Formats: sequence, structure tokens, C-alpha cells
Amino acid sequence: MTAEIGQLALTLALALSLVMAATGLSGARVTAGVSRRVASSSAMGLLVFILLAFGTLEYASIVSDFSILNVANNSSLAKPLLYKITGVWGNHEGSMLLWVLVLALYTAAIAFAKRGSERLTSAALGVQGLLAAAFLIFILFTSNPFLRIDPPPFDGSGLNPLLQDLGLAIHPPTLYIGYVGLSASFAYAGAALITREFDASWARAARPFMLAAWIALTIGITLGSWWAYYELGWGGFWFWDPVENASLMPWLVGTALLHSALATERTGAFRTWTLLLAIAAFSLSLIGTFLVRSGVLTSVHAFANDPERGAYILIMLVLAIGGALALFAWRAPALETGSAFEPVSRETALLVNNVLLVTAVATVFLGTLYPLFLDAFTGTKISVGPPFFAVTFVPVFVALLIALPFGPRLAWHKSEIAEAIRPLMPALGVALVAAAIVSVLADSHVLVAAGAFGLAGWVISASLLDLFQRRVKTAAAFAVAIAHAGLGVTLMGVAGTTLWRAETLSLLGPGDTAQVGPYTLTMGHLERADGSNYAAIRADILVSKGGEKIATLKPAKRVYPTEQQETAETAIRTNGISDLYLALGDERGTGRFIVRAYYNPLAPFIWFGGAIMALGGLTSLWGRLSARSAQPAANTVPAE
Amino acid sequence: MKFLVAAFLFFATAVQAAQAPGTLSDPAQEARARALQKELRCVVCQGESIDESGAPIAADIRRLIRERIKAGETNEQIKDYLVGRYGDFVLMKPPLEPNTWLLWFGPAAILLLGGGVAAVVVIRANRRAHLTGA
Repeated sequence: MTAEIGQLALTLALALSLVMAATGLSGARVTAGVSRRVASSSAMGLLVFILLAFGTLEYASIVSDFSILNVANNSSLAKPLLYKITGVWGNHEGSMLLWVLVLALYTAAIAFAKRGSERLTSAALGVQGLLAAAFLIFILFTSNPFLRIDPPPFDGSGLNPLLQDLGLAIHPPTLYIGYVGLSASFAYAGAALITREFDASWARAARPFMLAAWIALTIGITLGSWWAYYELGWGGFWFWDPVENASLMPWLVGTALLHSALATERTGAFRTWTLLLAIAAFSLSLIGTFLVRSGVLTSVHAFANDPERGAYILIMLVLAIGGALALFAWRAPALETGSAFEPVSRETALLVNNVLLVTAVATVFLGTLYPLFLDAFTGTKISVGPPFFAVTFVPVFVALLIALPFGPRLAWHKSEIAEAIRPLMPALGVALVAAAIVSVLADSHVLVAAGAFGLAGWVISASLLDLFQRRVKTAAAFAVAIAHAGLGVTLMGVAGTTLWRAETLSLLGPGDTAQVGPYTLTMGHLERADGSNYAAIRADILVSKGGEKIATLKPAKRVYPTEQQETAETAIRTNGISDLYLALGDERGTGRFIVRAYYNPLAPFIWFGGAIMALGGLTSLWGRLSARSAQPAANTVPAE
Repeated sequence: MKFLVAAFLFFATAVQAAQAPGTLSDPAQEARARALQKELRCVVCQGESIDESGAPIAADIRRLIRERIKAGETNEQIKDYLVGRYGDFVLMKPPLEPNTWLLWFGPAAILLLGGGVAAVVVIRANRRAHLTGA
């Protein structure tokens, strides 16, 4: 019965999404008031039925209904309840259902919030309806989570052990809220092109959705990086893995979009460009979904390597992106109204921001997809790894950070260089002092370290200074300062870890010692620590610093026999400023184990910075939503 | 700028303990081996370097690198040998060849193109600002 309810709910959701697409798009005409009301109700209905379908799958997983193929393949009786709940999106079918659920949530929010004109909202719902229909067809015909299995097995076949982790349970929904959230900006941009309401109203209507998506992406990427750090056992925080890149690209374009849309809202500048960015940001989300889900890239993220699914997603990708770009090419030239500003102005600063961010995206895009294309067309296999990004991506970001403090200082339309520079002198002072202190303290990589910490000091102090020097401290001013300062904090973490990491590889038996950074490690006893579905060995390692015992860390190594997979259970001791990171390796000889020890100075700052950036986004979102009722007068573009 | 790029390339390693299996007794040589390992890809893994991989072939190559360093070969000679065996795929940093020009120069081209377009936009906006007397 459960499967039938789910199946029926999905089918009705598909019907409603088609109704919403048709009525939403026809509601873009002035006279079609009835269509608009139908579209709005359909959005609510869509959410109800997709919630029902998702709830049904959750129920089936929780009660271990193995007559459903998806549950039988991905769950088991012994699996803890938490992972029965979160395991629903730990497989291809369930994760696509979650994708559509998030889409339905945003769609209902668009219908409910009614930002922008009635016609704009209606057309946006129409676009969302098309997207929902495309994904529901995909689910029903190639990835149905409600297929039956007869006879049902007595027990299911379990979940990938790497996915049985709390961090990974919350990482996908967070990223989806980001990826799919960009669909709202895409839909509003499409609506602006359809209704020809090219003034800033679409960007203003889409702003909270843009922000929500950006915040979720920031948190999602930060969580993913943190997970890779503690789970993979190599002490690294970013591997330039194609799947990581797939999430970084929409973030970079989303960041560019947030900045460009600011100019569009305030002065009407860059209208065409902002529309294009909104289309590009969601397109990169779709490309990311394709890369991750189609099996083009095999990794822990690719649940299914099914060419049929890959082909369908590719067709959908071409239709969505191609359709949006065709509409853009058809309508966009008509909106080149031309903005007027002087070379020294906030507008120019935002252009610089956009040029650099787009270059950064192009770099990641090429680095991720070039090997695939080269292989497909010439059969030549190459690898694009961290050394490539170090020489191409890093300089662009350095330039971005140098320029960053000037942006918020420059006035719209017309400004003076001197006016921007003078109040920034204290920040320059902080930067120089930071660089000087670091070059005295650092015992390796002095020049780069001085540069990196000078830059971080520059960005952070300039951001805080900007806030303190403002007479009127709006939520927006707080948001800018917090988000920009967060970037500086992350920079410190990245620089500290990359430049000063100490790494020791040693073979230790009980009583043996090793040095890493300021710490002395003494191997204690080793013991077995088996779990229900894995065998494990755990080491007690005594940590001392300057002859004083400070902690005992217990890294372990697990072997999952069924999956034939080994995982390192790292032990990390952090004091908020640096991490001591231990991973247990293979046994060599009699009772002696390889121990990888890392001393990662400032590593926690990488994730603190991410959290601070997300907080900046939240501040902006809060400011927007609370100011919404109070500012109808600000809707007009200043006449010059 | 150059020093910055060069140093970001060089991932800091301070290998102190020499008691791990197969490590070289000369710390400078060992550091070279570690740095080299990070520039080479494990050919059977998913995007892992020789340095990170737990695969047997990665362990073999780690051993091979150390033998060749001990025998006095340069990093380039070792890389050339491995490229000869496994192709450019083993290099984490793809070589600059006609078929990677787009990859290596693409970002710079985008930067120049974007900068050029931005410059035109600014010039036009400036002209308009002065025409309207803003």
C-alpha cells in the first residue's frame, strides 16, 4: 500500500507541475488573472504531494518495508534509526526526490511571498513548473523510488559505510537548498524576460531566494570540506575533486550574482549581465547535478552509473540552459538601456568583482571538464590536480582580496579615489603590522606568509573599519562587513595550514615516540574496537607538549568486510587555533603501526571563516525580510 | 607575484621522523620524495595523489621514487620515466602542450576578455554620465 501512495502522490505532483507551468506562463499576460490564481494554488498542491511522496519513502525506510526495491537495496534491519531516516537521500532515487522536495519548497515560497508584480510571480511559477515537471518525469521513468520487489528479501543490503555519518547526513540537504535555491533566481530572471519587466523589480523579488541559496551553499561547502578533513584521513581540507568543484562553481557565480544584482537594484546598471548571471548560476547547479549523478565522475557521490539517466539529465540540461539562453538572446538586447556612472564608482568596483569571479569560475570549469572533453575527443588522458589550481585560481583570488576593501567605500555613480583610500589607511597599517609580525614569527615560507597574513589583515580590518565608520549602521552594512571579514578568516586558515603544516609519518609500537610540531606522541596500547558491521583496531596515543601530558588521542582504523572498504577514524585535538590530527595506518611487522600525524596551524579558521560568511548572508537576509514592509518608496531607480 | 605562486605550489612538508618504513635517511631527499609524490597521480584511484593513496601500485611508485632519488636522478628524470610508462595522466599538473593550451590559457583569455568588456562598459557609462550632466 505504501508504494502505491507514494507512486500516486508523485503522479499527481507531476500533473500539478504541468498545470502550474501552463497557467503560470499564461498568467504572464495582463488579463489572465484566473491563470495566476490557479498557478499559485498548484504551487501549494505540488508541495503537499511531494511532501506526501517523501514522507511515504521515509516511512517505508523507518519500518524497513523491504517490498520496496529502493529500501531493500539501501537499508537493513540493523541500521540505526538515524541512518534509516537520513539514508533515504543516501541513494540516487531518494536524493532526486529530495531535490524535487526542495524545488517544491522554493516554489511554494515564491507563490506565498508574492514578491514582485503578479505577472512576474506567475511567470516565475511557470518556469518552476517546467523544472519540476522535468525532474518528476525523470524520477517516475528512470529513478522511481517506489518500485516493488517480489518476493521481498528478509533483510536489506545496507548503506555505504562512508555515508553512515552525521556530517554526511546533513551535507546533501544543505547543498540542495543551495543548488535548487538558485532555481528561484533563474525563474525570476526567466519571468523578467517573459514579461519584459526589465526594471530592477525581478532582482529585488529574487534577492531573498538568492541569499538563502548562497547561505546554504556556503554552509554546504564548508561542511563538505570539514567532512573530507576528518573522514578521509589525509589532513587536507580541499582536494579540487570534480565533485567539490561542482559545488564551488555555483557558489562563485552566485557570489557574482549577489554583487551584480546589488548594482541592478540600486541604479539599474548591468541589467543584462545580472539576468545572464542568474541563468548561469542555476545552469552550473544543473551541470553539477549532471556531473555528480550521471556517473561521468565516479566517486562516493555517484550512486548510479546508468547511461539512460545520464542521457536524460543531459537532454534536460540542454533544454533548460539552451531554452533560457535562447530567450535571453531574443529578449535581452531590448533592455540595453545603458547606465551612467564614472570610472571611479561602486559600479566599477562591482564590475571588477564580477570579472575576477567569472575568471575564477572559468578556471574551475576548465580544470574540471577539460580532461573529460580531451578524453572524449582525442582519447588523451590528462589529470588536472591541485598544482594546476594553485597557479591559476590562487592569483585571481589574491587580486580579488586586494581589491575587495575598496568596493564598499566607493559611492554609487561618482566617487573619489582619495575618499576611498584615506579611511582605509588604518587597515593598510594593520596589514603591514600583521605582515611584519608574521615574518618575524614564521620560520618557513616567510615572504608568502607575510603576504597572505597581510592580505587577511587588510580584508578583515578594512571590513570592520567600514562598519565602525558608518554613521547609520544598517543590517546591510553589518552583512557586508561580516561576510567580507569571514573571507579573510578563511584565508588565514588556508594560509596557515598550507604553509606551516607539520607532517610526520612514523612506524610506532607500544612505547615508541614521535614528534609533530610542538607535540610529542607516545604510542600506548592497541586494542580491538569492533562494531556490529566492521572490525577495528584503536590506538591510545599519549600527547605531550614540553614534557607535560596534555591528552590521549585514540585514532582507529576500520575494515568493513562486506563492502571491502577501509576507513580511517581520525582523532583530532583542536584548541580553536591549531589542530593535532592523528590517523592510524597499516600494521607493519609485529605490533607496529604506521601513524600519520599532522600539526595544522590555523586549520579551524577555514571553517570558522565559512560560518562567518554564512552569518553575513543571514544578516543580509534578515535585514531584507524585516525591511520589506517598511520601504515601498525605495523601489524607484534614482533619476539622474 | 611569482614568489607567491611558486611557494603555493610547494606544499610545506616538515618530515622529521625517519623511522617510517621505506623513508630515506637524508631528510632533504625524503622531503623531495614527499613533494614529488604530491605532484603525481595514483593511476588506479579517483583523483588521489601517490602521496595519499592506499593502493598497492601507489606504494610501489613511492618506493620507485625513493630508489631513483637515491640513485641520483633529478625530479624531471623521474617524472619523465613515469610519464613514459603511464602517460601524462600521472601528472597532477598537466604539461603545457598544444592540446592543453586552452586549459592553461583559457582563464587568462577570459580575464582579458572580461576586462576588455568591462573597460568598454565603463567608458560608455562615463560618456553617458557626462552627456546627462550627472
